[in-house]
Amino acid sequence: MAQVSSVADKQTTSSKSITLRISRYNPEYDDASRFMEFNVSYEKWTTVLEAILEVKQYFDHSVAVRYSCRQATCGSCGMMINGKPRLACFTKISELDSNVVTVEPMSNFPIIRDLAVKFERLFDTHHKIKPYLIRDDTEIESDEKEFLQSPEEVEQYIQFANCIKCGLCNAACPTMATDSSFVGPQALAQAYRYVADSRDKGKDSRLKMIDESHGIWRCHFAGSCSQVCPKGVDPAMGIQLLRGYLLGFRS
Amino acid sequence: MRESTIMKIHYGTALAAVALVAVHILMRLTMNFAESLEYETVLANYKFIPYALMLELILILLSVHGFNGLRVILLELKQGRTYEKAVSYGCLAAMVGLIAYGSRTIIMVNMGMV
Amino acid sequence: MTQDENKEGVGGMINPRRYGIERVAYWLMRLSGLGLLAYFIGHIYETSNILRGQVGWTELLEMTSTPFFHIILSIVIAMCVFHTVNGIRVMLGHGGIGVGKPSRPDYPYDPASQNYRHKIGIYSAIVLAAVAMMYGLAVLFGE
Ligand code: HEM
Ligand code: SF4
Ligand code: FES
Repeated sequence: MAQVSSVADKQTTSSKSITLRISRYNPEYDDASRFMEFNVSYEKWTTVLEAILEVKQYFDHSVAVRYSCRQATCGSCGMMINGKPRLACFTKISELDSNVVTVEPMSNFPIIRDLAVKFERLFDTHHKIKPYLIRDDTEIESDEKEFLQSPEEVEQYIQFANCIKCGLCNAACPTMATDSSFVGPQALAQAYRYVADSRDKGKDSRLKMIDESHGIWRCHFAGSCSQVCPKGVDPAMGIQLLRGYLLGFRS
Repeated sequence: MRESTIMKIHYGTALAAVALVAVHILMRLTMNFAESLEYETVLANYKFIPYALMLELILILLSVHGFNGLRVILLELKQGRTYEKAVSYGCLAAMVGLIAYGSRTIIMVNMGMV
Repeated sequence: MTQDENKEGVGGMINPRRYGIERVAYWLMRLSGLGLLAYFIGHIYETSNILRGQVGWTELLEMTSTPFFHIILSIVIAMCVFHTVNGIRVMLGHGGIGVGKPSRPDYPYDPASQNYRHKIGIYSAIVLAAVAMMYGLAVLFGE
């Protein structure tokens, strides 16, 4: 019975509300995007994603949004929230400190519809840096056991392995804002993730791949990627460490 | 040229330029600023071979660094095969042009052709 | 219809308000680089006037000895100092120096590369540029 009363509580105590502005755009029919405004009530713990889903449920079901895990794990729900790329499921309305919450599709990604964007370029660049261990033998062939690593060796790359491919870093990057051919912070950080892995032997081929006119050198260490990353990957660090190899500071 | 080679040159020219430009600017402060720019002083500077060599070196270093910097900015601004080719060769041509133009001044003054 | 990439464009690139001092340093570096290049080209042209002999050189000196040119020169001084000091910081960073070392990330995930060492580097570049500009103004207008 306690549960029932707490549900009732929720409905009566939710006194605070904000204006949620959602960018609406369908490239097939619309010339330009326009905003639709909704009044949404929220609690201290309400996330932007929950607010959007409430709009879908009660006001306008046609709002297009991509999400799945609702816990900052799948990397689907990246969008511009009050001008900055964030995960909608990982951003509480209360922490935004604003009466108006504006949600737009993630910058530097082509729009499918409303808040849903295309990830082809991110997946392509990610694929290009060979996101897997490269070596001649395998664990199965060589009679030994698994490839062993010390905790220190794991520490070298585990931070970068936290990447959920949400693309927030690519949306924040100043080079991505104008350069359609740039590899981008997400892929570069993943290149470092594998280069720094003691089991991997693909360093030379990866370094060669990113050493071109729209490769790693188009990073200027502005750090915006690291400031928006929701998983603490710190792509800017990975990229500079990776460039350290190319500049001869590391080997 | 590999992009890493170009960028190593970019950093290298910058580092070398730091020291030389410092000397070049401090020359204006060893004496009174206006005095250091008087015709005779400047002419004497140009005729002093080590100083003229330094000027030539600064000219080359900064032209390479500056126009490569411009190339980087333009490459990031817009993409496309023809555009990028134009940017690369355009910056190279401007670099060579500026070096040639500046060298003309240094060599002619140094050899007393004024 | 060609697919619009929805890129932020130059406006988003230079917007200094969203991403802290590192992003400001990024575009000040660009601006000062371009400004210095423009000045450098002008300077090479300017000095070529010495080929016109004493008359030409003095004429040019007089033309550039106005308050307007002195202010331009002070800005060039500031750009030069900022670009040099920040350039050294950027070069160290690009080599992987002072960007922190990898570790297991923990909430709230403060990025180790955006650390006080580099922030101090940026602020000192700005302060030194301001001081140098003041000194330049004093020398140029003090006579
Ligand atoms: C002498 C000290 C100097 C140092 C230490 C220095 C250092 C640097 C560095 C490290 C970069 C790369 C920035 C990046 O990739 O983010 C750079 C870029 C640049 N520099 Fe310099 N530089 C110096 C002087 C100059 C001068 C005198 C000029 C003008 C002729 C100049 C023009 C440029 C330009 C146009 C860029 C491209 C801007 C950018 O990519 O952000 N630099 N400089
Ligand atoms: S590095 Fe961070 S911001 Fe970029 S895709 Fe991975 S998790 Fe997202
Ligand atoms: S819904 Fe999975 S990351 Fe937000």
